[in-house]
Amino acid sequence: MYEIRIHGRGGQGAVLAGGILATALVQEGKYVVAVPSFGFERRGAPVASYLRFDEREIRQMTNIYHPDCVLCIDPTVARAVNVFEGIKDGAVLVQTTAKALGELQLPPQVATVGLCDAVSIALDIFKRSITNTIMLGAFARATGLVSLESLQAAIQKSDFRDAGLKQNMAALERGYESTQVHHIVRAAAA
Amino acid sequence: MSAVLKPKSKLIVCDGNEAAAWAVSLANVDMVAVYPITPQSSLVEYLAKFIADGRLGAEIVDVEGEHSVLSVLQGACLAGARTYTASCGPGLAFMFEPYLRTPGMRLPLVMTIVTRDTLTPQSVWGGHQDAMSVREVGWVQMYCESVQEVLDTTIMAYKIAEHHDVMLPVNVCHDGNYLSFGAARCELPDQREVNDFLGEKDVNWHVALDPQRPMAVDPLTGGAGGPGPATFVRYRKGQCSGMQNSLEVITAVHEEWGRRFGRNHAPLVESYRMDGADYAIVTIGSMTGAAKDAVDEARARGDKVGLVKVKTYRPFPAQALVSALAEVKAFGVVDRSVSFGWNCGPLFQDAVTAMYAAPNRIPAMSFIGGLAGADLTVSHFERAIGRTKELARDGHVADTVWLNEKD
Repeated sequence: MYEIRIHGRGGQGAVLAGGILATALVQEGKYVVAVPSFGFERRGAPVASYLRFDEREIRQMTNIYHPDCVLCIDPTVARAVNVFEGIKDGAVLVQTTAKALGELQLPPQVATVGLCDAVSIALDIFKRSITNTIMLGAFARATGLVSLESLQAAIQKSDFRDAGLKQNMAALERGYESTQVHHIVRAAAA
Repeated sequence: MSAVLKPKSKLIVCDGNEAAAWAVSLANVDMVAVYPITPQSSLVEYLAKFIADGRLGAEIVDVEGEHSVLSVLQGACLAGARTYTASCGPGLAFMFEPYLRTPGMRLPLVMTIVTRDTLTPQSVWGGHQDAMSVREVGWVQMYCESVQEVLDTTIMAYKIAEHHDVMLPVNVCHDGNYLSFGAARCELPDQREVNDFLGEKDVNWHVALDPQRPMAVDPLTGGAGGPGPATFVRYRKGQCSGMQNSLEVITAVHEEWGRRFGRNHAPLVESYRMDGADYAIVTIGSMTGAAKDAVDEARARGDKVGLVKVKTYRPFPAQALVSALAEVKAFGVVDRSVSFGWNCGPLFQDAVTAMYAAPNRIPAMSFIGGLAGADLTVSHFERAIGRTKELARDGHVADTVWLNEKD
């Protein structure tokens, strides 16, 4: 079972991103459960959504506390919540940022990093910082766990409240193409 | 669950609220009356969309409050319509007067309770307190574990409610937040196969607002003297018989569902890894998935624990529960709500009452968790399993354990 925690802010579509990813993974024959976190959601406040997938049926309908991957669709949400809380060893971080790898402070559990300046892409495509579909492209590029084609098919089935299908398809591809993937090699402990 | 998709079924990804809306659409409901309330609102929005898109040819009435919701549906039901609504929490509370009246009139309404904890303190999140608060007024109640079970059970609910030996309203309960907004892959059955399964609707053969069959609906009964008392008793006993009959009907309908659609959901209680179990935990609703995973982990460590899930809660499946727990030395019951009068969970109270009929008295403990949206994870169930293991060893019953007290 592979567990993903998506961090964002209310209004950016973290929950919808979970739904699109779930649809894409099911299309690839996986079993998926996606549970949005809930609390005092409002536009701009930190939100999270949880997604687990497996080759076999998943029974747990719960939040995720020890993710294999953290997908951060907002550049500053990490200042408000500890996005690394409980992550597993060898975890993947997929992060919206304009910074380079060396400028980020990462815990030792993180082994793979996908960086994507999704805010700039979003401002270009949507004229505001809606980053969810861009970061799904970044996720596909950084992890290889879902194909771009399946995400495209899932986006075609989705209802977008704030933007059009064409824009979101372009956003997905731009996210996929522009993501820089880094594998962090750490010296083995003595 | 079937590994192979049935021909003509469709695979979708949806949450529990959308699954319920699909089921209502597949059941060809004639009349929907609604008032939105968290966490039920999106269910109503899906239904409104299905009706606007022409997928479901039902009338939808967006009324001014939940009291009117059920009043509208009672009239529709008496006129022969297949009816649906969904509510929860404060909405269910506001609905209470017509809610009480519905089973007495033997109307086969189906209503989803997207369960929500009750006020106060203020909370808008999941918990079974609302559904448990109305457990004794004559509605059949079934609790779902998964998104697929929501879809399947909501369709089955019509066949159960409309069965001539039952003729009672049915609540299909799915957990607010975890099932209402939790999405999973879900098989959508073929419309014609659902039509064949449900058959012709026949909802007002016994009580009707019909100019061709004039009758007094809900006549004045009771009092002392005259035909009143005996008439009242006849009505009440009829309701009780309908409830008891439903146990057999629920079982038969689930078996037929399994044969036709390939998905076998346990109708009354489900025994999971109970073979050779020394002790058991009893669960209800969506918590069961995490509890099953915790049981698997405990079994892998050599602990002889099993699980019994209660699906049908009203009428209470007493015999089925006694059979399921026949071989264990102790059991723990995990409730997502509180019985204020007994300082335990209501399912615990029912389970203990049922076990009075068991040949041996065995110790039992109450665990309460998942209130007002709190998560019930594998680690919470590890604790419940560990404590029940001690109980099986020493027989020492302790006070109710509150699983999220230190989260």
